[in-house]
Amino acid sequence: MSVDESTVRRVAKLARIAVSDAEVTKLRGELDAILSFVEELSALDVEGVEPMTSVIPTALRLREDVVTDGEKPEDVLRNAPAREGDFYVVPKVVE
Amino acid sequence: MTDLLDLTFAEARAALIRKDFSAVELTRAYLTAMEQARTLNAYVLETPEVAVARAEESDQRLAKGEAGALEGMPLGVKDLFCTEGVRTTACSRILDGFVPPYESHVTERMRKAGAVMLGKLNNDEFAMGSSNETSCFGAPINPWRRKGSDAQLVAGGSSGGSAAAVAGRICLGATATDTGGSIRQPAAFTGTVGVKPTYGRCSRWGIVAFASSLDQAGPIARDVRDAAIMLGAMAGFDPRDSTSVDREVPDYEAAVGRSVKGLRIGIPREYRVDGMPAEIEALWTRGAEQLKAAGAEIVEISLPHTKYALPAYYIVAPAEASSNLARYDGVRYGLRVPGRDVTEMYENTRAQGFGAEVRRRVMIGAYVLSAGYYDAYYVRAQKVRTLIKRDFETVFADGVDAILTPATPSAAFGVGEMSNASPVEMYLNDVFTVTVNMAGLPGISVPAGLSAEGLPLALQLIGRPFDEETLFATGAVIEDAAGRFSAERWW
Repeated sequence: MSVDESTVRRVAKLARIAVSDAEVTKLRGELDAILSFVEELSALDVEGVEPMTSVIPTALRLREDVVTDGEKPEDVLRNAPAREGDFYVVPKVVE
Repeated sequence: MTDLLDLTFAEARAALIRKDFSAVELTRAYLTAMEQARTLNAYVLETPEVAVARAEESDQRLAKGEAGALEGMPLGVKDLFCTEGVRTTACSRILDGFVPPYESHVTERMRKAGAVMLGKLNNDEFAMGSSNETSCFGAPINPWRRKGSDAQLVAGGSSGGSAAAVAGRICLGATATDTGGSIRQPAAFTGTVGVKPTYGRCSRWGIVAFASSLDQAGPIARDVRDAAIMLGAMAGFDPRDSTSVDREVPDYEAAVGRSVKGLRIGIPREYRVDGMPAEIEALWTRGAEQLKAAGAEIVEISLPHTKYALPAYYIVAPAEASSNLARYDGVRYGLRVPGRDVTEMYENTRAQGFGAEVRRRVMIGAYVLSAGYYDAYYVRAQKVRTLIKRDFETVFADGVDAILTPATPSAAFGVGEMSNASPVEMYLNDVFTVTVNMAGLPGISVPAGLSAEGLPLALQLIGRPFDEETLFATGAVIEDAAGRFSAERWW
């Protein structure tokens, strides 16, 4: 199968990565090569095989439903590129 | 007196307890060596003040006879491990300037055991790569060179900085992580020992996530004994990682030197890949003979789904990466590139913050997880993963104790040599190591000889889940038989 340019743009949009026209052309070839490489898997019969969910048998642990951490606004916001008081600041969300 | 830098950690540990020298003296020797080796580009951040302060604390504990398992050990930390108050970037522009207010579980344990952090080590951006050339800081340089050549070689990846620093004797051991071969391949390229433990053995808490169902932390060390000592301090239960296993950590060091008599070592015929260089083939045969001479029984085995591991990996790993890396949006930390609205800000930030390989993998991940493709790619790959794991379970049930394979299909290659290769050609570096991650098993890479060009080559041993001890026992046999190799200093 082959990836077309509109697919590259759609995937870039899904991944929230801006791409230029030149990049779309290059990525098309690269994604195509990777996808045809993984295409080998379609040769294998996987009928009736359970998909793996965990390599090591584990049951998710439960713990008491209580707060174990928090009250650290300074720690949480310390690396913020833009903040106002105890809030992150982002550009206006335009719908 | 011998050069302090020549000592293994086990040797330095004994000398520190005898008070032949202090932890501060040992640390200062490494700090000087680190400064003199900047051309190797192994460290992306040097932390000499932290190192000296911690070495002073080590000396106090040594004076009181309270030495921990890693007391006074000058250690390098892969830049994928969050270190409290010390910049952590995963070698990506998108984490530019990020200073974590917390410490990863693994490095916290090592610190409590007395380890001294010298600095943060180079890696492929978000651990995605096999040559460490995707790092935003540029590639570290392998301390090894081909005979009669001064061409710069890669140290492997993604833990290339860790491997280069251990081989270049600018730390005594280093933390590393392995998602598809990122500990074992660089260890193989640099004549060092690398261990990828069983999935769940080391907590992933505080380690920058790449592919969560595959990622494991482990040591790169100068020899098998040092690797065993380090893993003993790194491993252990942590309730903050839901896949961390609550299981006692054995005395790994005690397994070094343990007899391998009567062990059954499997040689998987599917690892004899087309175009395998004769010297890799010969190395593998010699390794089997060495184990046999030590009393192990060598048996041919089959792991029929081996060839599907790499393609399945290149669905599972990018899928998980695309989910994990969704958090880098320019809002809470790291780089922010402005845009007209919030979506454009995300897109610009991620376009400029991620390098080409990371962008590619995130997009592949988004593609294989997208509506209509999920079953055809992701679910199918997870089914293949079940088959790969079943291959191993079958041979272990038949009484095989460990599996011997080459670690890599070649010795280290030149910096830039693969720049015109397709991404898939680079992926083939992990052909022998990736199966181990897909099945969650432990694996060790041990130097086993030199190539005709004078470069280190390594063998890999794969063990049953949570049987790292057998890997240390068998790895030590190969190490003893093959001898020790160290790079000649040119920097």
